[in-house]
Amino acid sequence: MTTTAPDPALSYYTLGEEIHDTKAPGGPIEKKWPTRQFEAKLVNPANRRKLTVIIVGTGLAGGAAAASLGEAGYHVINFCYQDSPRRAHSIAAQGGINAAKNYKNDNDSVQRLFYDTVKGGDYRARETNVYRLAEVSASIIDQCVAQGVPFAREYGGLLDTRSFGGVQVQRTFYARGQTGQQLLIGAYQALERQVNAGTVEMHTRHEMVELIVHDGRARGVVTRDMVTGAVEAWLADAVVLATGGYGNVFFLSTNAMGCNVTATWRAHRKGAYFGNPCFTQIHPTCIPVHGDTQSKLTLMSESLRNDGRIWVPKRAEDAEKDPRQIPEQDRDYYLERIYPAFGNLVPRDIASRQAKNMCDEGRGVGPEVTEVTQEGESRQRRRGVYLDFSDAIDRLGKKAVEAKYGNLFDMYEQITGENPYEVPMRIYPAVHYTMGGLWVDYDLSSSIPGLYVCGEANFSDHGANRLGASALMQGLADGYFVLPNTINDYLSGAPFEKLDERTPAVAEALSSATGRIDKLMGIKGNRSVDSFHKELGSIMWEYCGMERTEAGLQKAIELIRELRSEYWSNVKVTGAAEDFNQALEKAGRVADFMELAELMCIDALHRRESCGGHFRRESQTEDGEALRDDEHFAYVAAWEFTGDGQKPTLHKEPLEYHFIELKQRSYK
Amino acid sequence: MKITLRIWRQANKDAQGKMQTYQLDNVSEEMSFLEMLDLLNEQLTDQDVEPVAFDHDCREGICGMCGVVINGAPHGRYNSPVATTTCQLHMRNFKDGDVIDIEPWRAGAFPVIKDLAVDRSAFDRIIQAGGYISVNTGSAPDAHSTPAPKREADKAFDAATCIGCGACVAACPNSSGMLFTSAKIAHLANLPQGQPERRLRVKAMVAAHDENGFGGCTNVGECAAVCPKSIPLESIGQLNRDLIASLFRGDGRTIS
Repeated sequence: MTTTAPDPALSYYTLGEEIHDTKAPGGPIEKKWPTRQFEAKLVNPANRRKLTVIIVGTGLAGGAAAASLGEAGYHVINFCYQDSPRRAHSIAAQGGINAAKNYKNDNDSVQRLFYDTVKGGDYRARETNVYRLAEVSASIIDQCVAQGVPFAREYGGLLDTRSFGGVQVQRTFYARGQTGQQLLIGAYQALERQVNAGTVEMHTRHEMVELIVHDGRARGVVTRDMVTGAVEAWLADAVVLATGGYGNVFFLSTNAMGCNVTATWRAHRKGAYFGNPCFTQIHPTCIPVHGDTQSKLTLMSESLRNDGRIWVPKRAEDAEKDPRQIPEQDRDYYLERIYPAFGNLVPRDIASRQAKNMCDEGRGVGPEVTEVTQEGESRQRRRGVYLDFSDAIDRLGKKAVEAKYGNLFDMYEQITGENPYEVPMRIYPAVHYTMGGLWVDYDLSSSIPGLYVCGEANFSDHGANRLGASALMQGLADGYFVLPNTINDYLSGAPFEKLDERTPAVAEALSSATGRIDKLMGIKGNRSVDSFHKELGSIMWEYCGMERTEAGLQKAIELIRELRSEYWSNVKVTGAAEDFNQALEKAGRVADFMELAELMCIDALHRRESCGGHFRRESQTEDGEALRDDEHFAYVAAWEFTGDGQKPTLHKEPLEYHFIELKQRSYK
Repeated sequence: MKITLRIWRQANKDAQGKMQTYQLDNVSEEMSFLEMLDLLNEQLTDQDVEPVAFDHDCREGICGMCGVVINGAPHGRYNSPVATTTCQLHMRNFKDGDVIDIEPWRAGAFPVIKDLAVDRSAFDRIIQAGGYISVNTGSAPDAHSTPAPKREADKAFDAATCIGCGACVAACPNSSGMLFTSAKIAHLANLPQGQPERRLRVKAMVAAHDENGFGGCTNVGECAAVCPKSIPLESIGQLNRDLIASLFRGDGRTIS
């Protein structure tokens, strides 16, 4: 694509000042983190209990941060929307967690994990943060083992590891297909220990609905008690958001039903920049959609690609055949064919796009569905490819396959009614993770002083595509090791001015939160919240999903604006505001998704290159791979909110690579 | 499929609840049980009736948030060929014309909040009492410094798969939370890292269990029969053995 042609995105945003200082210290990359730790100002242990830190979210990042700051002696107030901190969606992560331990003696190192992550992210991640992530990765495994996380072990009693996408070493630690669950239970136990010790005050079934910013600092949050409906202000010296990603903007995703953007979006509206909102990850191995009433999609772990082989029939006319009847020579193991070096273990963005390409060609499998293309043309396609374990079962035996993947196979059978030991699984890509999130500096501070952002909620480490088993690593790195060593630098300036409910900033946040709830309750329209959410999701999937175009994105922005204005005049929220009201909970979240969706499309429109999970049809290589434009787009897009109906302001943070050479990604 | 639903409706924890009947057409076999309830709630919203409140989140059987009693069995275990959570139960296990009863967990320790949603915070309080290993962030030795025998590590894992959904309590005629408590005991007791606090932990957790209004265990076994993660009944045996052994030790709190 030529970048000299007039950029239509320019009519949707204004350009602000660039960001050059990310607070990472100078010097060689391996000295940066020790230097920062040494230079950060400290808070005397005796003073810590006088300082309050609010943490929103209890997943791997939030739970780990709350436990660690509680252990350090701070007074922590922790919120989650679920009925227990143990239910955060980190629990659903299946495959594993990366760490540069080199226990397999296969040439792994901090440098290699750093390199793999930057390359996997298609060179759109910040070098300094990623290096630190690789550096602390080994300590995470140590910490979790000490907590009693039952990682898979070999007969000698030592830890087992396996491979994941986008790498050629075995650095992924796992606990069968339930690694996220086990790591989260570890963090949850550490958290409950601090609740018992009195350092952490836990509030479940509380949703953050507003951020309190006073005198330029984040000083608290407003929550809605989801049982009583009470709206309350909570004040603190610093606020940490660890509220996960925004994949549910697509309605159908592998996220939990309650996952939402509200906390980060409310913070964005109060001044926190939003980084790379269009970078979303479409995971290649999910159970295909079964119909209109589907509420969520289920992931089949990437670890399955270690032993499962992905294929489609060579000929479209074989699509309806029983796959077991299709002979070897009529199968196209397309990932092994196109990417011989990495085979079935190419990064997720590539595996997803190739699955889409195969199905677009008409070689997909499963039930035929009618679909409308971006150009408005109607066609019949099958949306599924095979993930086949018959070779692995022949090679290793059914028992060994069961030991490794048993729970995933059971889950597949329960959902689809098919037995994957007998018939190949059918899979298709689905929205899974969002690399974008609130912009943070090296200290994980957002652009609002005193507001820190951890885990998936921030944008920092995965660039334009996250590698498998890196989300758990990042969540725990931020929560256990990074934040507890940076937030002290800010808190050393505390305590700050005492606030109460009469302080204008607090009163304003409270009245803004209740005003919004009253508005939603007062519309009394004709359409359910879910019907709007589904429509928003289908717009996003079609135009801002696996393939994006200039015209399509512009159309999406128009559609989103129309839908949003209908929402605020025609949504129906039943029940009462001061009650346990799930319709109202959803209504607030969907309202925020409607605003985020537009920013995602603007971001996707302005980024006139393909990189990682962001694929612009206009920017591809001859053989259909993502074509980056490093000259014009090697930057983080940090968006500033400027008011309802106003154009957002784009701040570019140039990405400088001093320790890794920028290259065209190749997995061939 | 056409389905008749009889659902427990209760406005709040102090209100009197009752079973209410609803008709639902157009239920497809592919739907999950909760998607069927979504369909009902869309229909109720259309009719300006307040939707049925029920807890749910991940919808992949791992978070433990969902859970209702279906035709008398937690998570609809009698309607499923395999161990399941409510969210993983699918409508292909029912047939056209079925009448399905849906009720909340019923246990003194789990008060109803609204309709099918209950308060399970008592489980968190049992964990707070000692369901952890006391290790601060940053103080861990290298992960390979203490090998853990595979057999015990696998056992620990099996127990650690508990999702804290509360089905065991709902199934128990005594509303005992012993399977849940013993799952944590068995998880940590089978790992070398769990040994230093082993006796202390079991005393504290059992005391918290009793204080939070759960009934005593009489080895009925209904808990293990409905457990979506198949936590074995023998973990309660492990708890009892550890508890008795702990009584001969001076550490930890005394059980009244």
